[in-house]
Amino acid sequence: MSDTTANAAPQGQVKWGRVRQSRRISDKVLRVFATVSTMLAVFVLFWILGMLIWKGGQGISLDLFTKITPGPGTAGGGLLNAIVGSIVLTFLGIAIATPIGVMAGTYLAEYGKGSKLADLVRFINDILLSAPSILIGLFVYVILVMPFRGYSGWAGSIALAIIALPVIVRTTEDMLRLVPNSLREAGAALGAPPSIVIRQISWRAAKAGIVTGILLALARIAGETAPLLFTALNNSFWFNWNLTGGISNLPVTIYAFASAPYDNWQQLAWAGALLITAAILALSIGARSLLNRK
Amino acid sequence: MSQMAVQDAPSAAAPNKDAKVCIGVKNLDFYYGGFHALKNVNMNFFDRQVTAMIGPSGCGKSTLLRVFNRIYSLYPEQRATGEVMLDGRNIISDNVDINELRARIGMVFQKPTPFPMSIYDNCAFGMRLYEKLSKSELDDRVEQALRKAALWDEVKDKLKQSGMGLSGGQQQRMCIARTIAQQPDVILFDEPTSALDPISTGKIEELIEELRADFSIVIVTHNMQQAARISQYTAFMYLGELIEFGPTTKIFMEPEQKRTLDYVTGRFG
Repeated sequence: MSDTTANAAPQGQVKWGRVRQSRRISDKVLRVFATVSTMLAVFVLFWILGMLIWKGGQGISLDLFTKITPGPGTAGGGLLNAIVGSIVLTFLGIAIATPIGVMAGTYLAEYGKGSKLADLVRFINDILLSAPSILIGLFVYVILVMPFRGYSGWAGSIALAIIALPVIVRTTEDMLRLVPNSLREAGAALGAPPSIVIRQISWRAAKAGIVTGILLALARIAGETAPLLFTALNNSFWFNWNLTGGISNLPVTIYAFASAPYDNWQQLAWAGALLITAAILALSIGARSLLNRK
Repeated sequence: MSQMAVQDAPSAAAPNKDAKVCIGVKNLDFYYGGFHALKNVNMNFFDRQVTAMIGPSGCGKSTLLRVFNRIYSLYPEQRATGEVMLDGRNIISDNVDINELRARIGMVFQKPTPFPMSIYDNCAFGMRLYEKLSKSELDDRVEQALRKAALWDEVKDKLKQSGMGLSGGQQQRMCIARTIAQQPDVILFDEPTSALDPISTGKIEELIEELRADFSIVIVTHNMQQAARISQYTAFMYLGELIEFGPTTKIFMEPEQKRTLDYVTGRFG
């Protein structure tokens, strides 16, 4: 068909103008839509960030890091107990989730190839990955808070661990799958049993990726509020090191203070939000640079 | 033309007629799931000789190689039946310790497979698995292996650096060092030079010629000149069957089977 048109017209004339006008217009429309949408999304993001830095920045002071949360109607105060509580809860959560998550991811990638159990675990893990965090809070409330008749830091850490777990399982499995099979064969060919191949070859080759997954899980749980509402709740006193009873933490403090009628509480809520955002940003950048360095 | 090229290639040392059998293969069949990949293979591999496996892609030569160290056992759907005798034991029956077997039969792969660790740790990997060596013994064995693999002079000042940082040819020689450090009886080479440039290929070929003094060697290659240059025996395989096996000069100069002649003269494959 194209032959006949090419033959019919004199040479060199049909070459130009073959792109129809409508196609050019649709191309422009799509480009404008995509650009405007991007700008809108970025605008909202910067609006949030800008407001956070503006309002939260005013509350950044030495008191924020040296004084504990003030009682109702008390002037001043800081977030020291909430900051320490958040750090402890988050790291304890990661410390619980990391060994379980890495081992489960290893099972899925190394041992469970093609097994029904692995398929089932992977499927459930994907569901857990997108489960609403409030549901996990409720679950821990029912199994750990109600039987012991009290909120506790342990319950909070375990709720956070359950949220971090599927992230770690998934990234560990994905990263191990990126390790070429030829490396495992080479290890086996030297007489190394699977346990040594996994520990000394697969894990080592996937190390940067697995650590990145743990950092991303850390970033994910650092800002979680819903699961802590039902578990660690809050506490306006100095940090309780044995983690029994309610533990003060940033997300729940922000939740409580932001809607309170006291100006200093609202100011502290903004400052706390800024702190969490900065920490998550730092973790994400750290994770990304770790992965790129490889 | 092609036959001339192969015949003109510098040939390896003549086969040693007194060499003992090191691996004896009898009635060997191999299956990938339902696919019958090796059909009733019978042949002997000789001690401290280089045996080349040639044949077109998919003929089963790599499959046969992967039977000898039972690396196929990593994949549950692959299985072998028959007899592969090493030191009086059938290695494909289940009462052989598979890891001990693999420590005795080393393998070098098509693409270099450096482990994500230092050059030193790469070379010491196999020894650390099965031998209790002092630091100085280990140092000696690593140096010996790297010298034998003609890599020592290039890496002696950077043994602590990652093995991944070496060039492709150096990585492959490091993998050879890693294998010979373990002092196996047999070394299997699965197209060890197909991912390398001609200079690296030349070095590896020289190396194989030298290694023959200490090890029995089986090499799969697509390159017939290479087979002619470095091997004492050659096996020609086609569609999962062993067509012809004999001294390399005989296979290339006066094969008995027409299919072998057609292949080595480049008429097909």
